[in-house]
Amino acid sequence: MNSIYQAAIDHPVSVPIEHRFDPYVDNGGTLLSIAGEDFCVVAADTRQSEGYSINSRYVPKSVKLSDKTVISMGGCYADCLTLTKRIQQSMEWYHHAHGKTMSTAAVAQMLSIMLYQKRFFPFYSWCILGGLDEEGKGAVYTYDPVGSYERESCRCAGSASSLIQPFLDNQIMFKNQETLKKNLPLDHVLRITKDSFTSATERDIYTGDYLEIFVITKNGVEIQKMDLKKD
Amino acid sequence: MTSRLPRTKGGFNFDNHVRNTMMEGKGLCLPKATKTGTTIVGLIYKDGLVLGADTRATAGPIVADKNCEKIHYLAPNMYCCGAGTAADTEMTTALISSQLELHRLSTGRQARVVTAMTLLKQMLFKYQGHIGAALILGGVDLNGPHLYTIYPHGSTDKLPYVTMGSGSLAAMSVFESRFKADMEREEAITLVKDAIEAGIFNDLGSGSNVDVVVISKDNVEVLRNYAKPNERGIKEASYKYPRGATQVLKTSIRDLVDIKETVQATTTEAMDIS
Repeated sequence: MNSIYQAAIDHPVSVPIEHRFDPYVDNGGTLLSIAGEDFCVVAADTRQSEGYSINSRYVPKSVKLSDKTVISMGGCYADCLTLTKRIQQSMEWYHHAHGKTMSTAAVAQMLSIMLYQKRFFPFYSWCILGGLDEEGKGAVYTYDPVGSYERESCRCAGSASSLIQPFLDNQIMFKNQETLKKNLPLDHVLRITKDSFTSATERDIYTGDYLEIFVITKNGVEIQKMDLKKD
Repeated sequence: MTSRLPRTKGGFNFDNHVRNTMMEGKGLCLPKATKTGTTIVGLIYKDGLVLGADTRATAGPIVADKNCEKIHYLAPNMYCCGAGTAADTEMTTALISSQLELHRLSTGRQARVVTAMTLLKQMLFKYQGHIGAALILGGVDLNGPHLYTIYPHGSTDKLPYVTMGSGSLAAMSVFESRFKADMEREEAITLVKDAIEAGIFNDLGSGSNVDVVVISKDNVEVLRNYAKPNERGIKEASYKYPRGATQVLKTSIRDLVDIKETVQATTTEAMDIS
């Protein structure tokens, strides 16, 4: 038992008992995004869990924001839902005001501001924004829950991130095998993505059920689905 | 032969307890033991009883062992499923197994299931729940089949169908809907398999395969990996590194030993072969 509670029981009038509101839960799940030369891959598993229970086997973590941009979020699902809604509404207002769709870089900057606006009551969400930039090149933007962001070539977040990220560093960014460095074709990136998730499912209890992959190219967004283990 | 060192008396060693409590108070994180967030079950059928277990061992959110054994041997006619701290379930069942064998040798009779149950509950009660072993004990003796659950604090239940571990609710829902008294062997094994699979698929602490043990009056079957509902798929790519993948940053070759060859003339005298 917490020592402050024990102290309160031992000396009823000496210590105030705090009653706290705990508004966060971790709903688990893993997401990743990889930028290619002229494409971007955003993938996430669809398991939603709490403690040792599965809430649902199919709750998508990724949402298509435009023909060039996809957002994926993990962490507290309630916060992720609200944040997604806010992004979508702001993008709609931008469209009405300026008569064009927001660029990936503009959505990225806006999301950082939205997260930092709640600096002292943050959204518990790990965000990865994937898409194509103004030149048609693949772009991945990654965030921490309070809005620090960075453009990278690949990133994994969520419950199995510590299992997958070192694998991506080696296979996508060619860390420790610099002599083989090259631009990877889409089919190979998809193979690495699938293997990342089947392997993470083996060892992370919060990752599994289904894998949903968003492929963003100049032709738009294509969604692929595949099975993961359900134990 | 006498030793100068004091003989170890067995049992637990508390030498570091005071030090560890002090260090914990100063903010040290003590290592966590492997927990088998588990589904274990047992039921009595017409000719004996069936025990079942999943095979996942976890350390927090990580799967520590994908195919561990949770049905432990106690005696020729008794097996025991363990949930909770992996080390505690293994050591407790091994210790009691040893005591039961000594008991059998001294009495010249097959040990009874109540004897095993009493030994286990007395040990667990003595340690006031600090030994985190939640057990399902099953065996057949001269009085017929017996099935017990033993909780970490030492309380016990004797029931015709039982479940334990983090997947106990999922497994019990299967038993509550389908259990019947005096089932046939095949039906009983299928029900146990389905109960374990309910745990495997609906409880994140349980997973991988189903182990089954069937004990009847004079037959014991250990069905290790009776069902394998979670085989890993084939990997999409090969991750074999080609030769020369690692960048060479610096090369330095040094002669550590200076080898010099010299020719030395030997004496021209003929060898003495007399």
